Amino acid sequence: MTEISHYSQTWAHRTPRARLALWTGWVALVALFLWCWQLMTENTIWAFVWDAPRQAADIGSRMMPPRLSYLPELMVPLWDTLNIATLGTIAGVIMAVPVAFLAARNTTPSARFLRPVALFIIVASRSINSLIWALLLVAIIGPGILAGIVAIALRSIGFVGKLLYEAIEETDAKQIEAIEATGASATQVLNYGIVPQIMPAFWGISVFRWDINIRESTILGLVGAGGIGLKLQASLNVLAWPQVTVILLLILGTVVVSEWVSAKVRRAII
Amino acid sequence: MSTQEYPTTWRRPPQIVTDRRWRIALQLGILAYLVLALGSVEVDWQRVSVGLERGQRFIMGFLQPDFTSRWGDISRGLVESLTMTLTSTVVGVLISVPIGIGAARNLAPAWLYYVCRSIIAVSRALQEIIIAIFLVAMFGFGPFAGFLTLSFATIGFLAKLLADDIEEIDEAQAEAIRATGASWWQLVNYAVQPQVMPRLIGLSLYRLDINFRESAVIGIVGAGGIGATLNTAIDRYEYDSAGAILLIIIGIVMIAEYGSSYLRKFLQ
Repeated sequence: MTEISHYSQTWAHRTPRARLALWTGWVALVALFLWCWQLMTENTIWAFVWDAPRQAADIGSRMMPPRLSYLPELMVPLWDTLNIATLGTIAGVIMAVPVAFLAARNTTPSARFLRPVALFIIVASRSINSLIWALLLVAIIGPGILAGIVAIALRSIGFVGKLLYEAIEETDAKQIEAIEATGASATQVLNYGIVPQIMPAFWGISVFRWDINIRESTILGLVGAGGIGLKLQASLNVLAWPQVTVILLLILGTVVVSEWVSAKVRRAII
Repeated sequence: MSTQEYPTTWRRPPQIVTDRRWRIALQLGILAYLVLALGSVEVDWQRVSVGLERGQRFIMGFLQPDFTSRWGDISRGLVESLTMTLTSTVVGVLISVPIGIGAARNLAPAWLYYVCRSIIAVSRALQEIIIAIFLVAMFGFGPFAGFLTLSFATIGFLAKLLADDIEEIDEAQAEAIRATGASWWQLVNYAVQPQVMPRLIGLSLYRLDINFRESAVIGIVGAGGIGATLNTAIDRYEYDSAGAILLIIIGIVMIAEYGSSYLRKFLQ
Protein backbone atom coordinates (compact mmCIF):
# COMPACT_ATOMS: atom_id res chain seq x y z
CA MET A 1 0.00 0.00 0.00
CA THR A 2 1.37 3.31 -0.91
CA GLU A 3 1.38 6.20 1.49
CA ILE A 4 -0.04 9.45 0.24
CA SER A 5 2.55 12.09 0.96
CA HIS A 6 1.23 15.41 2.11
CA TYR A 7 2.44 18.46 0.33
CA SER A 8 2.18 21.93 1.71
CA GLN A 9 -0.99 23.63 0.63
CA THR A 10 0.63 26.98 0.00
CA TRP A 11 3.45 27.44 -2.46
CA ALA A 12 6.55 29.35 -1.46
CA HIS A 13 9.33 30.48 -3.70
CA ARG A 14 12.16 29.83 -1.24
CA THR A 15 13.07 27.42 1.54
CA PRO A 16 12.81 28.79 5.09
CA ARG A 17 16.58 28.87 5.37
CA ALA A 18 16.99 30.94 2.21
CA ARG A 19 14.24 33.25 3.39
CA LEU A 20 16.02 33.75 6.71
CA ALA A 21 19.30 34.55 4.96
CA LEU A 22 17.52 36.98 2.66
CA TRP A 23 15.86 38.79 5.55
CA THR A 24 19.13 38.98 7.46
CA GLY A 25 20.73 40.52 4.39
CA TRP A 26 18.00 43.12 4.07
CA VAL A 27 18.12 44.01 7.78
CA ALA A 28 21.91 44.37 7.55
CA LEU A 29 21.53 46.67 4.54
CA VAL A 30 18.95 48.84 6.33
CA ALA A 31 21.17 49.03 9.43
CA LEU A 32 24.16 50.01 7.30
CA PHE A 33 22.09 52.62 5.52
CA LEU A 34 20.88 54.15 8.79
CA TRP A 35 24.40 54.19 10.20
CA CYS A 36 25.77 55.89 7.06
CA TRP A 37 22.91 58.35 7.05
CA GLN A 38 23.68 59.25 10.67
CA LEU A 39 27.36 59.79 9.89
CA MET A 40 26.64 61.81 6.76
CA THR A 41 24.09 64.18 8.23
CA GLU A 42 26.03 64.80 11.44
CA ASN A 43 27.10 68.27 10.33
CA THR A 44 24.14 69.10 8.13
CA ILE A 45 22.49 72.38 9.01
CA TRP A 46 18.83 71.46 8.70
CA ALA A 47 17.69 75.08 8.63
CA PHE A 48 19.31 75.38 5.18
CA VAL A 49 17.68 72.16 4.03
CA TRP A 50 14.18 73.27 5.07
CA ASP A 51 14.87 76.58 3.42
CA ALA A 52 15.67 74.90 0.10
CA PRO A 53 12.26 75.20 -1.61
CA ARG A 54 12.29 78.94 -1.04
CA GLN A 55 15.86 79.13 -2.38
CA ALA A 56 14.85 77.06 -5.40
CA ALA A 57 11.95 79.39 -6.15
CA ASP A 58 14.27 82.36 -5.72
CA ILE A 59 16.93 81.02 -8.09
CA GLY A 60 14.24 79.93 -10.54
CA SER A 61 12.75 83.39 -10.66
CA ARG A 62 16.20 84.92 -11.16
CA MET A 63 17.02 82.55 -14.02
CA MET A 64 13.98 83.62 -16.01
CA PRO A 65 13.94 85.04 -18.61
CA PRO A 66 17.20 83.80 -20.19
CA ARG A 67 19.43 86.57 -21.51
CA LEU A 68 19.57 85.52 -25.14
CA SER A 69 21.72 88.49 -26.17
CA TYR A 70 24.56 86.69 -24.38
CA LEU A 71 24.51 83.92 -26.97
CA PRO A 72 26.95 85.44 -29.55
CA GLU A 73 29.57 85.79 -26.83
CA LEU A 74 29.38 82.04 -26.24
CA MET A 75 30.30 80.95 -29.75
CA VAL A 76 34.08 81.12 -29.29
CA PRO A 77 34.02 79.17 -26.00
CA LEU A 78 31.74 76.62 -27.68
CA TRP A 79 34.26 76.20 -30.51
CA ASP A 80 36.97 75.76 -27.85
CA THR A 81 34.87 73.12 -26.12
CA LEU A 82 34.40 71.19 -29.36
CA ASN A 83 38.14 71.37 -29.99
CA ILE A 84 38.99 70.16 -26.49
CA ALA A 85 36.71 67.16 -26.95
CA THR A 86 37.83 66.31 -30.50
CA LEU A 87 41.58 66.86 -30.14
CA GLY A 88 41.50 65.20 -26.71
CA THR A 89 39.74 62.18 -28.19
CA ILE A 90 42.25 61.93 -31.04
CA ALA A 91 45.22 62.17 -28.67
CA GLY A 92 43.64 59.73 -26.23
CA VAL A 93 42.89 57.18 -28.95
CA ILE A 94 46.44 57.41 -30.30
CA MET A 95 47.81 56.66 -26.83
CA ALA A 96 45.21 54.01 -26.09
CA VAL A 97 45.94 51.81 -29.12
CA PRO A 98 49.41 50.59 -28.03
CA VAL A 99 48.15 50.18 -24.46
CA ALA A 100 45.28 48.03 -25.73
CA PHE A 101 47.62 45.82 -27.75
CA LEU A 102 49.86 45.40 -24.71
CA ALA A 103 46.87 44.55 -22.52
CA ALA A 104 45.20 42.01 -24.81
CA ARG A 105 46.13 38.45 -23.90
CA ASN A 106 46.64 37.35 -27.51
CA THR A 107 48.83 40.23 -28.67
CA THR A 108 50.85 41.21 -25.61
CA PRO A 109 54.59 40.64 -26.00
CA SER A 110 55.00 39.66 -22.36
CA ALA A 111 52.05 38.55 -20.28
CA ARG A 112 54.02 38.69 -17.08
CA PHE A 113 55.49 42.20 -17.14
CA LEU A 114 53.90 44.43 -19.79
CA ARG A 115 50.32 43.26 -19.42
CA PRO A 116 49.96 44.23 -15.72
CA VAL A 117 51.53 47.61 -16.49
CA ALA A 118 49.07 48.21 -19.31
CA LEU A 119 46.16 47.10 -17.13
CA PHE A 120 47.28 49.46 -14.37
CA ILE A 121 47.41 52.36 -16.83
CA ILE A 122 43.87 51.53 -17.91
CA VAL A 123 42.54 51.30 -14.34
CA ALA A 124 44.32 54.45 -13.17
CA SER A 125 43.05 56.44 -16.13
CA ARG A 126 39.51 55.14 -15.68
CA SER A 127 39.22 55.71 -11.95
CA ILE A 128 40.17 59.39 -12.06
CA ASN A 129 37.49 61.63 -13.50
CA SER A 130 38.46 64.08 -16.23
CA LEU A 131 37.59 66.98 -13.94
CA ILE A 132 40.24 65.81 -11.48
CA TRP A 133 42.74 65.35 -14.29
CA ALA A 134 41.93 68.90 -15.36
CA LEU A 135 42.37 70.18 -11.80
CA LEU A 136 45.85 68.67 -11.69
CA LEU A 137 46.83 69.80 -15.17
CA VAL A 138 45.65 73.36 -14.62
CA ALA A 139 47.94 73.46 -11.60
CA ILE A 140 50.81 72.00 -13.64
CA ILE A 141 50.63 73.49 -17.14
CA GLY A 142 48.47 76.49 -16.40
CA PRO A 143 44.85 77.29 -17.24
CA GLY A 144 43.75 77.09 -20.86
CA ILE A 145 42.62 74.77 -23.60
CA LEU A 146 45.79 72.67 -23.52
CA ALA A 147 45.08 71.48 -19.97
CA GLY A 148 41.58 70.50 -21.06
CA ILE A 149 42.83 68.58 -24.10
CA VAL A 150 45.40 66.67 -22.06
CA ALA A 151 42.84 65.94 -19.33
CA ILE A 152 40.36 64.54 -21.85
CA ALA A 153 43.12 62.55 -23.55
CA LEU A 154 44.36 61.00 -20.30
CA ARG A 155 40.86 60.07 -19.26
CA SER A 156 40.06 58.56 -22.67
CA ILE A 157 43.03 56.16 -22.59
CA GLY A 158 41.40 53.94 -19.97
CA PHE A 159 37.98 53.82 -21.60
CA VAL A 160 39.17 53.26 -25.17
CA GLY A 161 41.97 50.96 -24.03
CA LYS A 162 39.65 48.70 -22.04
CA LEU A 163 37.01 48.33 -24.74
CA LEU A 164 39.61 47.94 -27.48
CA TYR A 165 41.61 45.25 -25.71
CA GLU A 166 38.41 43.32 -25.09
CA ALA A 167 37.67 43.58 -28.81
CA ILE A 168 41.18 42.34 -29.63
CA GLU A 169 40.76 39.37 -27.31
CA GLU A 170 37.49 38.49 -29.02
CA THR A 171 38.95 38.36 -32.53
CA ASP A 172 38.46 35.20 -34.53
CA ALA A 173 41.60 33.05 -34.08
CA LYS A 174 40.99 31.20 -37.36
CA GLN A 175 41.55 34.26 -39.52
CA ILE A 176 44.77 35.04 -37.69
CA GLU A 177 45.91 31.46 -38.14
CA ALA A 178 45.16 31.65 -41.85
CA ILE A 179 47.38 34.70 -42.20
CA GLU A 180 50.09 33.03 -40.12
CA ALA A 181 49.93 29.97 -42.39
CA THR A 182 50.94 32.13 -45.37
CA GLY A 183 54.23 32.82 -43.62
CA ALA A 184 53.38 36.36 -42.65
CA SER A 185 55.57 38.25 -40.20
CA ALA A 186 54.23 39.43 -36.85
CA THR A 187 53.47 42.91 -38.16
CA GLN A 188 51.74 41.47 -41.21
CA VAL A 189 49.59 39.27 -38.96
CA LEU A 190 48.71 42.38 -36.99
CA ASN A 191 47.96 44.36 -40.12
CA TYR A 192 45.98 41.76 -42.07
CA GLY A 193 44.70 39.41 -39.37
CA ILE A 194 43.78 41.54 -36.38
CA VAL A 195 43.31 45.13 -37.57
CA PRO A 196 40.52 44.42 -40.08
CA GLN A 197 38.61 42.51 -37.41
CA ILE A 198 38.73 45.28 -34.81
CA MET A 199 38.27 48.22 -37.19
CA PRO A 200 34.48 48.59 -36.77
CA ALA A 201 34.79 48.25 -32.99
CA PHE A 202 37.61 50.80 -33.01
CA TRP A 203 35.60 53.45 -34.85
CA GLY A 204 32.51 52.72 -32.78
CA ILE A 205 34.44 53.11 -29.51
CA SER A 206 36.17 56.28 -30.68
CA VAL A 207 32.95 57.97 -31.71
CA PHE A 208 31.26 56.86 -28.50
CA ARG A 209 34.10 58.31 -26.45
CA TRP A 210 33.98 61.53 -28.48
CA ASP A 211 30.32 61.87 -27.55
CA ILE A 212 31.15 61.37 -23.85
CA ASN A 213 34.05 63.80 -24.15
CA ILE A 214 31.83 66.55 -25.55
CA ARG A 215 29.67 66.12 -22.48
CA GLU A 216 32.66 66.23 -20.14
CA SER A 217 34.49 69.07 -21.86
CA THR A 218 31.54 71.42 -21.32
CA ILE A 219 32.27 71.47 -17.59
CA LEU A 220 36.07 71.40 -17.59
CA GLY A 221 36.07 75.18 -17.53
CA LEU A 222 34.82 75.08 -13.94
CA VAL A 223 38.38 74.36 -12.85
CA GLY A 224 39.93 76.67 -15.45
CA ALA A 225 40.60 74.31 -18.34
CA GLY A 226 38.94 76.39 -21.05
CA GLY A 227 35.74 76.09 -23.00
CA ILE A 228 32.19 77.01 -22.20
CA GLY A 229 32.56 75.94 -18.57
CA LEU A 230 34.74 79.01 -18.05
CA LYS A 231 31.81 81.23 -18.96
CA LEU A 232 29.56 79.19 -16.68
CA GLN A 233 31.95 79.67 -13.78
CA ALA A 234 32.26 83.40 -14.50
CA SER A 235 28.48 83.82 -14.66
CA LEU A 236 27.97 81.85 -11.46
CA ASN A 237 30.58 83.91 -9.66
CA VAL A 238 28.80 87.17 -10.41
CA LEU A 239 25.38 85.53 -9.83
CA ALA A 240 24.29 86.35 -13.38
CA TRP A 241 21.54 83.73 -13.39
CA PRO A 242 19.94 84.73 -16.74
CA GLN A 243 23.31 84.03 -18.40
CA VAL A 244 23.56 80.71 -16.57
CA THR A 245 20.25 79.68 -18.13
CA VAL A 246 21.53 80.48 -21.62
CA ILE A 247 24.75 78.53 -21.03
CA LEU A 248 22.90 75.52 -19.68
CA LEU A 249 20.53 75.51 -22.64
CA LEU A 250 23.50 75.69 -25.02
CA ILE A 251 25.27 72.83 -23.22
CA LEU A 252 22.09 70.77 -23.34
CA GLY A 253 21.72 71.45 -27.08
CA THR A 254 25.35 70.54 -27.79
CA VAL A 255 25.06 67.31 -25.83
CA VAL A 256 21.87 66.30 -27.62
CA VAL A 257 23.38 67.02 -31.05
CA SER A 258 26.59 65.14 -30.31
CA GLU A 259 24.61 62.18 -29.00
CA TRP A 260 22.54 62.15 -32.18
CA VAL A 261 25.65 62.33 -34.37
CA SER A 262 27.37 59.53 -32.50
CA ALA A 263 24.31 57.29 -32.59
CA LYS A 264 24.00 57.91 -36.34
CA VAL A 265 27.66 57.18 -37.05
CA ARG A 266 27.74 54.06 -34.87
CA ARG A 267 24.65 52.68 -36.56
CA ALA A 268 26.27 53.29 -39.94
CA ILE A 269 29.48 51.49 -38.93
CA ILE A 270 28.25 48.49 -36.99
CA MET B 1 47.88 27.79 -73.43
CA SER B 2 48.56 31.11 -71.84
CA THR B 3 48.82 31.50 -68.09
CA GLN B 4 46.67 34.16 -66.61
CA GLU B 5 48.50 37.14 -65.20
CA TYR B 6 47.91 37.56 -61.48
CA PRO B 7 49.01 40.74 -59.76
CA THR B 8 52.00 40.19 -57.52
CA THR B 9 51.03 42.83 -55.01
CA TRP B 10 47.74 43.25 -53.20
CA ARG B 11 46.25 46.20 -51.45
CA ARG B 12 43.64 45.74 -48.82
CA PRO B 13 40.38 47.25 -50.03
CA PRO B 14 38.98 50.06 -47.89
CA GLN B 15 36.53 48.80 -45.29
CA ILE B 16 34.27 51.59 -44.18
CA VAL B 17 34.08 54.35 -46.79
CA THR B 18 34.16 52.52 -50.08
CA ASP B 19 33.74 55.43 -52.51
CA ARG B 20 37.11 56.97 -53.43
CA ARG B 21 35.73 60.50 -53.84
CA TRP B 22 34.08 60.43 -50.45
CA ARG B 23 37.29 59.17 -48.92
CA ILE B 24 39.34 62.03 -50.31
CA ALA B 25 36.72 64.60 -49.30
CA LEU B 26 36.61 63.16 -45.80
CA GLN B 27 40.37 63.23 -45.45
CA LEU B 28 40.57 66.82 -46.69
CA GLY B 29 37.80 67.83 -44.32
CA ILE B 30 39.56 66.25 -41.37
CA LEU B 31 42.83 67.94 -42.36
CA ALA B 32 41.13 71.34 -42.64
CA TYR B 33 39.50 70.91 -39.27
CA LEU B 34 42.76 69.88 -37.61
CA VAL B 35 44.55 72.95 -38.99
CA LEU B 36 41.77 75.23 -37.77
CA ALA B 37 41.48 73.55 -34.38
CA LEU B 38 45.18 73.36 -33.67
CA GLY B 39 45.47 77.01 -34.70
CA SER B 40 42.99 78.00 -32.01
CA VAL B 41 44.97 76.31 -29.25
CA GLU B 42 47.07 78.96 -27.59
CA VAL B 43 49.91 77.58 -25.56
CA ASP B 44 52.00 79.71 -23.25
CA TRP B 45 55.22 77.71 -23.48
CA GLN B 46 56.88 79.75 -20.78
CA ARG B 47 54.10 78.84 -18.38
CA VAL B 48 54.35 75.22 -19.45
CA SER B 49 58.09 75.06 -18.80
CA VAL B 50 57.57 76.60 -15.36
CA GLY B 51 54.79 74.11 -14.79
CA LEU B 52 56.87 71.11 -15.79
CA GLU B 53 58.98 71.59 -12.68
CA ARG B 54 55.76 71.57 -10.70
CA GLY B 55 54.66 68.48 -12.58
CA GLN B 56 57.86 66.80 -11.54
CA ARG B 57 57.11 67.64 -7.92
CA PHE B 58 53.65 66.20 -8.37
CA ILE B 59 55.04 62.95 -9.73
CA MET B 60 57.46 62.85 -6.80
CA GLY B 61 54.49 63.40 -4.49
CA PHE B 62 52.67 60.56 -6.22
CA LEU B 63 55.63 58.25 -5.70
CA GLN B 64 56.10 59.32 -2.10
CA PRO B 65 52.55 59.97 -0.94
CA ASP B 66 52.06 61.66 2.40
CA PHE B 67 49.15 60.01 4.17
CA THR B 68 49.87 61.26 7.68
CA SER B 69 50.09 65.05 7.84
CA ARG B 70 46.56 65.66 6.48
CA TRP B 71 45.09 62.39 7.66
CA GLY B 72 42.35 64.15 9.64
CA ASP B 73 41.03 65.93 6.54
CA ILE B 74 41.49 62.90 4.31
CA SER B 75 39.62 60.54 6.63
CA ARG B 76 36.79 63.04 7.07
CA GLY B 77 36.51 63.41 3.29
CA LEU B 78 36.58 59.65 2.82
CA VAL B 79 33.86 59.04 5.39
CA GLU B 80 31.70 61.68 3.71
CA SER B 81 32.32 60.17 0.28
CA LEU B 82 31.62 56.60 1.34
CA THR B 83 28.47 57.38 3.34
CA MET B 84 27.23 59.63 0.54
CA THR B 85 27.84 56.84 -1.97
CA LEU B 86 25.92 54.20 -0.04
CA THR B 87 22.94 56.30 1.02
CA SER B 88 22.51 57.86 -2.40
CA THR B 89 22.67 54.50 -4.15
CA VAL B 90 20.08 52.98 -1.81
CA VAL B 91 17.71 55.93 -2.12
CA GLY B 92 18.32 56.19 -5.87
CA VAL B 93 17.52 52.51 -6.41
CA LEU B 94 14.37 52.74 -4.26
CA ILE B 95 13.08 55.66 -6.31
CA SER B 96 14.19 54.33 -9.68
CA VAL B 97 12.36 51.00 -9.34
CA PRO B 98 8.82 52.48 -9.54
CA ILE B 99 9.96 54.95 -12.21
CA GLY B 100 11.58 52.13 -14.16
CA ILE B 101 8.38 50.07 -14.00
CA GLY B 102 6.41 53.12 -15.09
CA ALA B 103 8.74 53.68 -18.03
CA ALA B 104 8.33 50.15 -19.37
CA ARG B 105 5.97 50.16 -22.30
CA ASN B 106 4.64 46.66 -21.62
CA LEU B 107 3.58 47.38 -18.03
CA ALA B 108 2.48 50.99 -17.88
CA PRO B 109 -0.29 52.97 -19.59
CA ALA B 110 0.83 55.43 -22.23
CA TRP B 111 0.51 58.63 -20.17
CA LEU B 112 2.57 57.16 -17.30
CA TYR B 113 5.14 55.92 -19.81
CA TYR B 114 5.71 59.42 -21.17
CA VAL B 115 5.85 61.00 -17.69
CA CYS B 116 8.45 58.51 -16.45
CA ARG B 117 10.51 58.64 -19.65
CA SER B 118 10.72 62.42 -19.40
CA ILE B 119 11.86 62.22 -15.77
CA ILE B 120 14.61 59.87 -16.96
CA ALA B 121 15.56 62.15 -19.85
CA VAL B 122 15.90 65.18 -17.56
CA SER B 123 18.02 63.26 -15.07
CA ARG B 124 20.31 61.91 -17.78
CA ALA B 125 20.74 65.10 -19.75
CA LEU B 126 22.38 67.13 -16.98
CA GLN B 127 25.79 66.24 -15.66
CA GLU B 128 26.24 65.51 -11.98
CA ILE B 129 28.43 68.52 -11.50
CA ILE B 130 25.87 70.98 -12.84
CA ILE B 131 23.15 69.47 -10.67
CA ALA B 132 25.56 69.69 -7.75
CA ILE B 133 26.09 73.43 -8.34
CA PHE B 134 22.36 74.04 -8.09
CA LEU B 135 21.77 71.75 -5.15
CA VAL B 136 24.65 73.33 -3.24
CA ALA B 137 23.11 76.73 -3.90
CA MET B 138 19.79 75.45 -2.55
CA PHE B 139 20.77 73.15 0.31
CA GLY B 140 24.04 74.70 1.44
CA PHE B 141 27.54 73.24 1.38
CA GLY B 142 28.22 69.73 2.57
CA PRO B 143 27.53 66.07 1.84
CA PHE B 144 23.74 66.43 1.98
CA ALA B 145 23.76 68.29 -1.35
CA GLY B 146 26.12 65.62 -2.71
CA PHE B 147 23.77 62.89 -1.54
CA LEU B 148 20.86 64.52 -3.37
CA THR B 149 22.95 64.97 -6.53
CA LEU B 150 24.04 61.36 -6.67
CA SER B 151 20.53 60.09 -5.90
CA PHE B 152 19.13 62.17 -8.73
CA ALA B 153 21.78 60.93 -11.16
CA THR B 154 21.21 57.32 -10.05
CA ILE B 155 17.52 57.60 -10.92
CA GLY B 156 18.20 58.47 -14.56
CA PHE B 157 20.77 55.72 -14.99
CA LEU B 158 19.01 52.86 -13.22
CA ALA B 159 15.43 53.62 -14.21
CA LYS B 160 16.37 53.72 -17.90
CA LEU B 161 18.29 50.45 -17.86
CA LEU B 162 15.63 48.78 -15.71
CA ALA B 163 12.85 49.94 -18.03
CA ASP B 164 14.74 48.69 -21.10
CA ASP B 165 15.27 45.39 -19.33
CA ILE B 166 11.61 45.03 -18.40
CA GLU B 167 10.64 45.73 -22.00
CA GLU B 168 12.83 42.83 -23.12
CA ILE B 169 11.49 40.17 -20.73
CA ASP B 170 10.26 36.83 -21.97
CA GLU B 171 6.58 37.50 -22.73
CA ALA B 172 5.67 33.81 -22.45
CA GLN B 173 6.28 33.81 -18.71
CA ALA B 174 4.20 36.94 -18.23
CA GLU B 175 1.48 35.36 -20.36
CA ALA B 176 1.51 32.22 -18.18
CA ILE B 177 1.12 34.23 -14.98
CA ARG B 178 -1.62 36.33 -16.59
CA ALA B 179 -3.46 33.16 -17.60
CA THR B 180 -3.78 32.17 -13.92
CA GLY B 181 -5.86 35.30 -13.39
CA ALA B 182 -3.14 37.18 -11.55
CA SER B 183 -3.58 40.83 -10.68
CA TRP B 184 -1.17 43.49 -11.93
CA TRP B 185 0.83 43.35 -8.69
CA GLN B 186 1.10 39.57 -8.88
CA LEU B 187 2.18 39.87 -12.49
CA VAL B 188 4.99 42.23 -11.54
CA ASN B 189 5.99 40.12 -8.56
CA TYR B 190 5.95 36.65 -10.14
CA ALA B 191 6.59 37.25 -13.83
CA VAL B 192 8.72 40.39 -14.12
CA GLN B 193 10.66 40.56 -10.87
CA PRO B 194 12.40 37.16 -11.10
CA GLN B 195 13.52 37.93 -14.65
CA VAL B 196 15.00 41.36 -13.99
CA MET B 197 16.25 40.94 -10.42
CA PRO B 198 19.76 39.60 -11.18
CA ARG B 199 20.38 42.43 -13.60
CA LEU B 200 18.93 45.01 -11.23
CA ILE B 201 21.29 43.88 -8.48
CA GLY B 202 24.21 43.94 -10.89
CA LEU B 203 23.35 47.42 -12.10
CA SER B 204 22.93 48.69 -8.53
CA LEU B 205 26.40 47.46 -7.64
CA TYR B 206 27.79 49.05 -10.79
CA ARG B 207 26.09 52.31 -9.91
CA LEU B 208 27.58 52.12 -6.39
CA ASP B 209 30.96 52.06 -8.08
CA ILE B 210 30.10 55.03 -10.33
CA ASN B 211 28.67 57.00 -7.42
CA PHE B 212 31.90 56.67 -5.50
CA ARG B 213 33.85 57.98 -8.48
CA GLU B 214 31.44 60.87 -8.89
CA SER B 215 31.53 61.64 -5.18
CA ALA B 216 35.22 62.38 -5.65
CA VAL B 217 34.32 65.02 -8.24
CA ILE B 218 31.32 66.91 -6.92
CA GLY B 219 33.32 68.01 -3.89
CA ILE B 220 35.05 70.49 -6.22
CA VAL B 221 31.87 72.60 -6.31
CA GLY B 222 31.27 72.26 -2.57
CA ALA B 223 29.13 69.14 -2.26
CA GLY B 224 31.35 67.45 0.32
CA GLY B 225 33.40 64.31 0.08
CA ILE B 226 36.97 63.50 -0.82
CA GLY B 227 36.90 65.84 -3.84
CA ALA B 228 36.81 68.86 -1.55
CA THR B 229 39.86 67.59 0.31
CA LEU B 230 41.66 66.94 -2.98
CA ASN B 231 40.81 70.40 -4.26
CA THR B 232 42.18 71.99 -1.10
CA ALA B 233 45.36 69.92 -1.27
CA ILE B 234 46.03 70.98 -4.87
CA ASP B 235 45.23 74.62 -4.10
CA ARG B 236 47.79 74.53 -1.30
CA TYR B 237 50.37 72.93 -3.63
CA GLU B 238 50.57 69.97 -1.24
CA TYR B 239 51.21 67.44 -3.98
CA ASP B 240 52.25 64.66 -1.63
CA SER B 241 48.85 64.80 0.11
CA ALA B 242 47.10 65.06 -3.27
CA GLY B 243 49.04 62.00 -4.45
CA ALA B 244 47.93 60.12 -1.34
CA ILE B 245 44.29 61.04 -1.97
CA LEU B 246 44.48 59.98 -5.61
CA LEU B 247 46.05 56.67 -4.64
CA ILE B 248 43.26 56.09 -2.11
CA ILE B 249 40.64 56.85 -4.77
CA ILE B 250 42.29 54.48 -7.27
CA GLY B 251 42.55 51.80 -4.58
CA ILE B 252 38.92 52.06 -3.54
CA VAL B 253 37.71 52.08 -7.15
CA MET B 254 39.74 48.94 -7.88
CA ILE B 255 38.37 47.21 -4.77
CA ALA B 256 34.83 48.27 -5.70
CA GLU B 257 35.26 47.04 -9.26
CA TYR B 258 36.63 43.63 -8.29
CA GLY B 259 34.20 43.32 -5.38
CA SER B 260 31.17 44.14 -7.49
CA SER B 261 32.16 41.80 -10.32
CA TYR B 262 32.76 39.02 -7.74
CA LEU B 263 29.41 39.70 -6.06
CA ARG B 264 27.61 39.73 -9.41
CA LYS B 265 29.11 36.37 -10.31
CA PHE B 266 28.13 35.02 -6.88
CA LEU B 267 24.54 36.24 -7.21
CA GLN B 268 23.87 34.91 -10.70
